[in-house]
Amino acid sequence: MISLSGLTKEFPGGVRAIDSLDLEIGDGEFFALLGPSGCGKTTLLRTIAGLETPTSGNIGIGGADVTGLPPGRRDVAMVFQDYALFPHMDVTSNIAYPLRIKKVSRARREAKAAETASRLSLSELLARRPAQLSGGQQQRVALARAIASRPQVFLFDEPLSNLDARLRLEARTFLKRLQRELAVTTVFVTHDQGEALALADRIAVMNAGRITQVGTPSEVFHRPADPFVAGFIGSTPMNLLPASAEGGELHVAGAVLPLPRDIADGPLLYGLRPEYADLSQSALIGRRDAFSGKVAVVENLGTAHLVTLESGDLLIQVVVPEGDEPAIGASAWAVPRPGRALLYRDDRLLTGA
Amino acid sequence: MTRHALATIGRATFLAVVLGFFSLPLLWLASAPFDAHPSITTSLPEFTFGNFRSLLDNPYVMSSLRNSLLQAAGSAALVVVLAALAAYALSRVRVPGRDALLYVLLLLSSVVTGTAAMVPLFELATRLNLIDTHLGVILTLSGGLLPAAIFILKDFMDGTPTSYEESARVFGASPLQILRHIVIPLVRPGLATIAVWAVANVWGSFLQPFILLRDPDKSPGAVILYTLYTEGGAPRLDLISTFSLLYSLPVVVMYVFVSRRYGFRFHGGIKR
Ligand SMILES: Nc1ncnc2c1ncn2[C@@H]1O[C@H](COP(=O)(O)OP(=O)(O)O)[C@@H](O)[C@H]1O
Ligand SMILES: [Mg+2]
Repeated sequence: MISLSGLTKEFPGGVRAIDSLDLEIGDGEFFALLGPSGCGKTTLLRTIAGLETPTSGNIGIGGADVTGLPPGRRDVAMVFQDYALFPHMDVTSNIAYPLRIKKVSRARREAKAAETASRLSLSELLARRPAQLSGGQQQRVALARAIASRPQVFLFDEPLSNLDARLRLEARTFLKRLQRELAVTTVFVTHDQGEALALADRIAVMNAGRITQVGTPSEVFHRPADPFVAGFIGSTPMNLLPASAEGGELHVAGAVLPLPRDIADGPLLYGLRPEYADLSQSALIGRRDAFSGKVAVVENLGTAHLVTLESGDLLIQVVVPEGDEPAIGASAWAVPRPGRALLYRDDRLLTGA
Repeated sequence: MTRHALATIGRATFLAVVLGFFSLPLLWLASAPFDAHPSITTSLPEFTFGNFRSLLDNPYVMSSLRNSLLQAAGSAALVVVLAALAAYALSRVRVPGRDALLYVLLLLSSVVTGTAAMVPLFELATRLNLIDTHLGVILTLSGGLLPAAIFILKDFMDGTPTSYEESARVFGASPLQILRHIVIPLVRPGLATIAVWAVANVWGSFLQPFILLRDPDKSPGAVILYTLYTEGGAPRLDLISTFSLLYSLPVVVMYVFVSRRYGFRFHGGIKR
């Protein structure tokens, strides 16, 4: 278990990379720190590892306060973004390095390294140097080295970002299975929302040194706590449109929609994922609950198309199934599916609409 | 066509002249020691080993080579150890004004072992009872070499990512273990470069040992070479050439060995 309370890290020069952050990560959890580049993810991970000293706040691991402990005594293993495999050691020595520090005898640590390597299908590569390995193999050696140290906590900094796209998907599945088997508390950092949704048991979305939302992938995807998270999560960006509540009705981009109960009149932000609207190319006579516009852009997503409608000076995006894509410049109507939209006021989620 | 040929001939001639300019002295060094009557020109030798015999009759010759070896090895060891530690610290710890400090040191180093500071250095060595000791020579020469050595090694250390060391730290390695297991193996070519450079420098140093050592028993080769003159002051070319050959061999052997072993390269001292 990891618990952070009031954790702040300010770099000399005044950059607040982490800003009074509170977080609890449970035993055996696969936990993602998700956020745009520069939001402080790496700094947070390094602070947990002990490589950075927090300006204030506390870090607890497994119930003990480790804030003042050096990295080597925190019982964590970290996989760096560049893997940091020792270039002058072969795969065996790299994997066995944590055991060498623990003064395990050479024979025993080489046996352990071979055992760990075979688990990650690295047995053929034991005599190679890191420079003779592919990116995917290097990543597995780095994982094997972390596993060999038998820590209480794994810390992974963007473990998949150095792999090419194809390999990344394989490595993702592999990593998830491995974590399940080992059942060791794991914190990993990523800027890729798809990766976080796919891998994590829970996600913390970070922005500018703060955590904006913590939740399961499904919670974060379906009920983003604020417009930032709403815009960040999802493979296609969510439509975020200015709206207003007037006399029990919701006015958005020329459409009039039913207003959920308990919402006071006034300005709102209306959020709708492009997947949760249907496109109609025939005029919808007498219906006010559709956004009308002209097709400006059609992007091929493989099994679907992302259509961008121009409605006045607003842009509305809709995902349409294969074969249904409209012609550029044609008039079209986007119909939101009921119960799928989100309403924000003052950057807080009110409810679904 | 003719222009092209002329250019080629011109280039070849130029290279031949340059090559001759540099190789003739080496040729002399290879032939004169075996010549019964060497002169300052290179000629086919009248073959003899007699020069070596008469050289070895000089009681200081072999001991001077031993002294050179001692002083060079001592200085190189001192320079490598101190420069490695200083460069590591300077590369990894943020010290305000670090770069300015390095440049000032580098600037001063030419003064410290240079002629300008010889009088105060002599004075200092006298007060510290370091006159006529190998240690005095080693300390003085090392002091002059250290700034440049630190400068070059810091560049090597800057070139190795800190994530290797951080990774080892997370696994619990102590600073000394990190130095031994990670940093030193990674900058080994740099250390070899510095060691060779220090040995070559000390090997060729004349002024400092000449002034700091009175006892010819402790003088290195460079100083003994200076004594190989007749009473009349004429250079004894037979002895000088023979001694020069003996004197340069260890350095050549060292270059070949270290280059084989560590594959170091001088790229102006900067690797990559
Ligand atoms: N050693 C450092 N010194 C000063 N500022 C830093 C340092 N490391 C990171 N920062 C700053 O802290 C912020 C967060 O960086 P980082 O944690 O690397 O972000 P992320 O990993 O999310 O991309 C950035 O603005 C970055 O410039
Ligand atoms: Mg980062």
